[in-house]
Amino acid sequence: MSVRIERRLRQPRWLSVVVPLGSVAFAFVTIAIVLAATGHNPAHTFAKLFQSAFTDSGALSATLVSATPLAFTGLAAAAAFRMNLFNIGAEGQLYFGVIGAIAIAVVLGDGVAKPVTIAAMCVAGAAAGAAWAAIPGVLRAFARTNEIITSLMLNYVAALVLNYLIFDSHSYWRDTTSPSAAVFPQGKAIPDAATWPFATIGGIAGGIAVPLGLGIAAVVGTALWVLYKHTRFGFELQVIADSPRAARYAGMRTRRKILAVMCISGAIAGLGGAAQVGNFDHLLDPRSLQQQLFGYSGIVVAALARYNPFAVVVIAVLLGGLKNAGFALQGVDFPSGLVGVMQGIFLFSVLGGEILVRYRVRLFRPGRVSRTEPAA
Amino acid sequence: MACRGITKRFPGVLANDRVDFDAIEGEVHALLGENGAGKSTLSNILTGLYRADEGELEIHGQPVAFHSPRDALDAGICMVHQHFRLVEPFTVAENVILGDHRDVGRSFRIDPRAIERRVAELGQRYGLAIDPRARIWQLSVGEQQRVEILKALYREARVLILDEPTAVLTPQEASELFVTLRAMAAEGRTVIFISHKLHEVMAVADRVTVLRRGCSIATVPVGETSSRALAALMVGRELEGSKPHQRQTVGDVVLSVEGLWADGDRGVAAVKDVSLEVRGGEIVGIAGVAGNGQRELAETITGLRSASDGVVRVDGVALRNGDPRAAIHARVAHIPEDRLHTGVAPSLSIASNVVLKSYREDAHSRGPMLRLRAIGDRATRLIKQFDVHTSGPHVPARQLSGGNLQKVVIGREFMGTPRVVIAAAPTRGLDVGAIESVHAYLRDASELNVAVLLISEDLDEILALADRIVVLYEGHIAGEVDADVATVEEIGLLMAGGHAG
Repeated sequence: MSVRIERRLRQPRWLSVVVPLGSVAFAFVTIAIVLAATGHNPAHTFAKLFQSAFTDSGALSATLVSATPLAFTGLAAAAAFRMNLFNIGAEGQLYFGVIGAIAIAVVLGDGVAKPVTIAAMCVAGAAAGAAWAAIPGVLRAFARTNEIITSLMLNYVAALVLNYLIFDSHSYWRDTTSPSAAVFPQGKAIPDAATWPFATIGGIAGGIAVPLGLGIAAVVGTALWVLYKHTRFGFELQVIADSPRAARYAGMRTRRKILAVMCISGAIAGLGGAAQVGNFDHLLDPRSLQQQLFGYSGIVVAALARYNPFAVVVIAVLLGGLKNAGFALQGVDFPSGLVGVMQGIFLFSVLGGEILVRYRVRLFRPGRVSRTEPAA
Repeated sequence: MACRGITKRFPGVLANDRVDFDAIEGEVHALLGENGAGKSTLSNILTGLYRADEGELEIHGQPVAFHSPRDALDAGICMVHQHFRLVEPFTVAENVILGDHRDVGRSFRIDPRAIERRVAELGQRYGLAIDPRARIWQLSVGEQQRVEILKALYREARVLILDEPTAVLTPQEASELFVTLRAMAAEGRTVIFISHKLHEVMAVADRVTVLRRGCSIATVPVGETSSRALAALMVGRELEGSKPHQRQTVGDVVLSVEGLWADGDRGVAAVKDVSLEVRGGEIVGIAGVAGNGQRELAETITGLRSASDGVVRVDGVALRNGDPRAAIHARVAHIPEDRLHTGVAPSLSIASNVVLKSYREDAHSRGPMLRLRAIGDRATRLIKQFDVHTSGPHVPARQLSGGNLQKVVIGREFMGTPRVVIAAAPTRGLDVGAIESVHAYLRDASELNVAVLLISEDLDEILALADRIVVLYEGHIAGEVDADVATVEEIGLLMAGGHAG
């Protein structure tokens, strides 16, 4: 038998439902084999995975906490990738969002009403993220520099800036007064007026706490959808993404739009930084931020959601659950490496399955490939 | 070589419907048909790019099934595409062996001398003189085409398929090509010649197969038919004889170009000191062999390309240099040469492409929001008015056939009530029926006192439509002739860089 992969001329609608489901099923079967081979009970592990991600007491609330920054970085990636602009810099843009949001929160202190402080944090975070994204944006739009490389490199610069602010200087963000800060450098905590609320849904087992940040992410996702589908700006972006020459032919200002998209993408990532500080971290912690890799995970979220802003929020919750479940599974008899293998198989199957939407695999017998001999 | 009942379906289209056709050894067989008639699909099936859904291919009476272009090459079928498949920085000899996976091409080491000798020898034998060591980018388009043919000869092709080979040639070069094709046929090879130009088919082919709407209509020996009969077969009805062009009483100068210079894509001057004027109601033709600055001239006038010197005026007002929006505001309509990537955004819907230039207007947007319903209505109107064959305004533009795509572009440009129309190769690759309607639109425009600049490599088209003909050679104006008295030979000479005698 020989195998040939051919491009599909049309993509039936049912494929975009069947393929992801099939990929997930394939992933679970493969993971089950790995689990069985390493001496774990697959059914038991899957049950525990599901419980610790969604059904245990407080599990769903914890999942939403993990999902919030992923939703923002996923939207940031989706906003840019849809336009064929590969902004890999959501990581650094989120860091700057954190820096901006903390600065404004500390400046305003406790004397201002909570909604005002929260709004100011959102604006400052988005502005800082957008400013950081504007660097690769300007380079791409006016100097034709590859934005993948510049935005990626700026992530490292942003990480060094975080370290500098807390560990290597007596900056505005560093706590120099409290006793614990004298032992180990740490950031200033934001005032109580700047902490973001949670909305509680349902009364069973404490209910589910939905962070304000996730709500804002859902609003941003909707706004992004309207922007792309219903506005002149979005129309121009679609044309530019599809054919830059046609855009120029139609008199569109291509370079400004490229810069604008990069800034929107950076602003969303920066907003994610503000939400992370307001809802969860409450201070600038370079180590923890750099370990989480929110920006890079956002790219995976966007890819799984096929750049659809609504799907991004849903996928972020699923991946947030997977991440939390991973922590819960780890233990004496369950090495963290195995958790990583499970997550890897899962992502690989789902992303790899995408190829089946665009291509079909054909099998045929080699005897019929070449010229058939006339019947003797 | 023979096809039996070849059928190929694309989403919503039956591109080939039970096509039967056979070409024998030693003949030049023409495939003639309207655009969307299935010529390209059929040739793609013959060369293994597509697979037929139904039907059989036979070579020397044996059924074959191609799974890739390589299978077709192995069976001795080579194709010269309209857009050449050559590697520009490579030499002629290197291009010739490229992709050849028999002995020499397959070995790790290649012997350039031996290949160059063989290429030179083949070139001499078939009158395809060319330096095997020249690099492709140094060659003219006509010479590049010779390289493509040499490639086929080097591979000892039994069947050579040429897709619209004369589009890029001067009339003189075209007749040289015909001599080569006849020589190849005389050796027992089969030449399949795809064209929509009737007089070329009459001049070079032994037999003609006419395709219409995906079906093979008839195969006739050229000796037993006439251009008129073939045209009727192609279109499925009698064509009105091309009526002599009514000379307009021309108005004031609308478009004026003064001392225009512009750089080409390589940074070398491609438009050199071009000055011309087009009056309202006048059609001025720009003739020239492809690649002599026509595309750059059209792009510079419409602001897509920055002029390095000179000025473009519409109704006496100078347009801002290098700003397509300035040209759009001055109502300069542009039918670009590259329809699929410049004229439209191919993945977007017909509706989006219909408002590609007018989405900023009040009719199509309110504040920052698009009026999607109004846009859809306009697209529906255009589809009806310009007779675009499609299932609706939401179909992506790239799914349209060449003719229908051009109708969308022309419809959009003409619905904007233009002052000037810059039409670059507006009928390239279109069928006779569609060409007729494009010509009618251009004539209608000139009757409405619009200034029309028609850039075309098709001399017949320019002679049929233009009032005056300007010939471009290497970016400058080689000469200007009056369409009433000009002859093809005279223009051909100017196109080749000679002087009008």
